[in-house]
Amino acid sequence: MSFDIPSDRRYLESHEWTTTDETVRIGITDFAQDELGDVVFVELPDAGSEVTAEEEFGVVESIKAVSDLLSPVSGTVTAVNEDLFDAPELLNQDPYGDGWMLEVDPSDESEFDDLLTAEEYRDNIE
Amino acid sequence: MRETHASQEASFTEFGGWEMPVEFDSISTEHAAVRESAGLFDVSHMGEIEVSGPDAAALINRLTTNDVTELDPGDTQYACITDADGTILDDTVVFRLPDDADPRYLFVPNAGHDAEMYTRWVDHRDEWGLDATVQNTTEEWAMLALQGPDAPNLAADVTDGATRDVGHFEAAFLDVAGVRSLASRTGYTGEDGFEFLCPWDAAETVWSAFDCQPCGLGARDTLRLEMGFLLSGQDFDPTDEPRTPYEAGVGWTVDLDTTFVGRDALERAEREGVDERFRGVQLLERGVPRHGYEVVDADGDHLGHLTSGTMSPTLGEPIGLGYLAADAAPPGTRVRVVVRGEPKQAKVVSPPFIDK
Repeated sequence: MSFDIPSDRRYLESHEWTTTDETVRIGITDFAQDELGDVVFVELPDAGSEVTAEEEFGVVESIKAVSDLLSPVSGTVTAVNEDLFDAPELLNQDPYGDGWMLEVDPSDESEFDDLLTAEEYRDNIE
Repeated sequence: MRETHASQEASFTEFGGWEMPVEFDSISTEHAAVRESAGLFDVSHMGEIEVSGPDAAALINRLTTNDVTELDPGDTQYACITDADGTILDDTVVFRLPDDADPRYLFVPNAGHDAEMYTRWVDHRDEWGLDATVQNTTEEWAMLALQGPDAPNLAADVTDGATRDVGHFEAAFLDVAGVRSLASRTGYTGEDGFEFLCPWDAAETVWSAFDCQPCGLGARDTLRLEMGFLLSGQDFDPTDEPRTPYEAGVGWTVDLDTTFVGRDALERAEREGVDERFRGVQLLERGVPRHGYEVVDADGDHLGHLTSGTMSPTLGEPIGLGYLAADAAPPGTRVRVVVRGEPKQAKVVSPPFIDK
């Protein structure tokens, strides 16, 4: 089994990704969605709330498992992907695209340097 | 079998001391196949204990809640195994084996309970001086479950039609793809189908004979949950969730006209009624009910707790099973399930959750 790990973003060992563009989006990896199986529920913070690097910001549940979500970066939530509430299966279908979770205005961009590159993340899961 | 399952891209889990396939494709795919067409499960982790000899029926009757003397050859019967307090130790299906002049029985304890039940049967046989032979044949039998509306046709195809003569809750010895097997028209999904007991070394032949969706323990759990069927060790457990058959909603397996370990306690329990009873809940808000979650009323007062839960793949609704106050939370009651500290609206229902 080979997992998709785009090289244009950074990763946490706990299987969350973040983009490092102007708009910072975060979500979970292809490996994570495969391990979870059918995702049936997502709990996310409201826009305007604060998230902290490597601390819990929400919960994802599949039929068989409950998993905490850790934020790759600190900052203020500017947008929430509310499509996931009615269609949590988007996380299985397109974890790096339509399955994005939050957009965040990062408070400290140097935190990106602490995250894993795609190669380092691949080494972690293989 | 592990290699066969691995070649079909199964992921595995440890269950009752066995390494078993939990998921082949996805739980929702496997679940839908069983509800709409057919699925095949490897449930070889289930135990098999065989009991024969002149006092075989007497021994089983003294250790299970039901009455095995009612069984004709080829009949099956669901029963509980209780301790002296009437607490369920395990639930089981008892087979009176077909084609035998002398009554011979086989019962199926849950995964990891076979050694304990073998010892329980032998010890009580010796204590009561009964003439019966007890054998733990768990490692001789593989068990494959073919379940779903298409199961009867699929089974007939590989048995020369022989399964057509096997009625619901009956069993017969017949050839499955040339392998002598005990075919039982039983299951744990709410669908029609068969459970095949076949010799361990022929399991791959039987498994490969069916061209249908392979299914793991994950789908087995969501299927049984939609039916409200009990899971041993989770919905009842002598240590963590001690319950009588009346509390667990399986009082119909208790025949108080027979003499068995736990009978007197259960007669009292039946007379006095139960404080808590096994119920279903359906969440009316987003969330997933899980094992251990508390159930409260509108004021936040305790009503009970859940022992199982999932997102129902058939309904697309969150469902749970658990023990609720019998008087305060009958079916129809609006309750709250506490999910990570947050009370979520739910209603009490009487399983099954789906029309079957």
